[in-house]
Amino acid sequence: MSQYRVLPGPEHFLPPAAASMGIFLPNPGEAHINGVIVSEEKAYEEAARQFLMAKVPTIFPGPLVLWAWNEKAAKKATAIRHLYNTLKECVQPGQMAMLIPMPDYRPKYPKINPEVEINPNHPNLTIWHNKIDCCMFVGVHCHQANLSLKIIRGGTSCYTIAMCAQAGHEDAMLSFRDASVEKIMKLADTVKRLKGTVQPRQTSAKSGSSN
Amino acid sequence: MSKERIKISEDLYDIMPSDYQDLVKSATYGKEDRGWKDIGSSKELIEQHSLCAGCPESMAFRYILASLPNPEDTVMVGSTGCTSLVFPMVAVHNIHSLFGNQNAIASGLKRALSVRFPGRVKDVVVLAGDGATVDIGLDMTLQAWFRQEKFTTICFDNELYANTGGQESGLMQKGFVAKMAPVGKLFDKVRLPEIARESGCHYVVNCTVSKPSLVEKVIRNAVHIAREIGPTYLQLYTPCILEIGKNSMEGLQEMRDSEKPAERFAYKEYVSEPAKQLLAELAAKDKERKAAAKQLAGQA
Repeated sequence: MSQYRVLPGPEHFLPPAAASMGIFLPNPGEAHINGVIVSEEKAYEEAARQFLMAKVPTIFPGPLVLWAWNEKAAKKATAIRHLYNTLKECVQPGQMAMLIPMPDYRPKYPKINPEVEINPNHPNLTIWHNKIDCCMFVGVHCHQANLSLKIIRGGTSCYTIAMCAQAGHEDAMLSFRDASVEKIMKLADTVKRLKGTVQPRQTSAKSGSSN
Repeated sequence: MSKERIKISEDLYDIMPSDYQDLVKSATYGKEDRGWKDIGSSKELIEQHSLCAGCPESMAFRYILASLPNPEDTVMVGSTGCTSLVFPMVAVHNIHSLFGNQNAIASGLKRALSVRFPGRVKDVVVLAGDGATVDIGLDMTLQAWFRQEKFTTICFDNELYANTGGQESGLMQKGFVAKMAPVGKLFDKVRLPEIARESGCHYVVNCTVSKPSLVEKVIRNAVHIAREIGPTYLQLYTPCILEIGKNSMEGLQEMRDSEKPAERFAYKEYVSEPAKQLLAELAAKDKERKAAAKQLAGQA
């Protein structure tokens, strides 16, 4: 088994793809935390804990849910909004939940407005600007998600969660697979259940803004 | 073909950046008679661009994007050059190809789209500079025409390699001295419009982009003919004001000067017989549609 662990960075300029370091994807019904396969139940708890500990827990919905290209996408968008509302209710004073879209993948460099969007080609700009220390990708095509997750791991100390509708992401610190409306709602329920049991970090982890 | 395909999820609408909201609200996707006159009254399919101030290429981009008859079902193929700096800001599907490969990529793409979406009209438009079209990519350009591939090739002819500092290109005029071509061009400008005609293109136009209505007409013709009959080619003069020593506000005049009767960008058009027939049919249909709309408006 690989000794490599997918941990918050900044790792270095070009972090290796976790898959090339021996990290493999979870089977259906499983998830991974830091590259170690765990049960999905454990992953819900850990993801909720990371959200509640973070100073700026953030959800990054991608084009697959931002655009209502089918009924399922629209329902997922509703679930994501519910998760965000739950996060807002459950965080303590001094924490700030955010919901920042990734509308498409065009490389907008250098014109990105980090206050209103994130771009997969330079996601670190949005992370740094908003001092985001925990984020979740949802509805982002896998290739672009992997690219972003690696850049974030390479250049920031942000904790990354992937709510992937396919087979999951090795490059996230925590990854679900086969994301569905039910799974997003269950994560929201877990956040609600853990409310008040987790203390927020006193300082930003090496700060999401570290560069 | 309508905005049905670009709806934002209601629950996340408020977080979408305003340029995307505007695209959904007021862009002219699906509008049958879209054209350059929509500029200023609707959301353009180009958000902003990174070209130099006053660059005629930016004008050309705006007119072309406003005139594409079917933007939601169009894929543009670009190549390395100033145009590739603009495509990231364009709300039409686009592919960046390796330098010179654009017509080969477009050939495969057009065929794949026909197989994947047999019942739907899908247009492919190549847009590349003169270096990609005439020098480095000439083989791919010509082979696509020989094979009668059904897509439009647009060449933004600025008569040199602009964004690498002004090297000589095949479309540069004879005797022209550029920053990186100090001896001066020794041979004539390659006559690609004539070559295009002889290579099987059904519609060929050589002009500048000084007149938006003209650009609209030739773009619509080229796309419709490519869709139904075979390859089409447009060579549009988009001078690089920096490399020819002009100021930002002088691009338009440079184009006007270059399109005078004996000049190298005097309007030239070739239309094959089948293409002429198609254009006549389209014009008749358009007339009918407008008459019906007028009648309907009169009744209302």
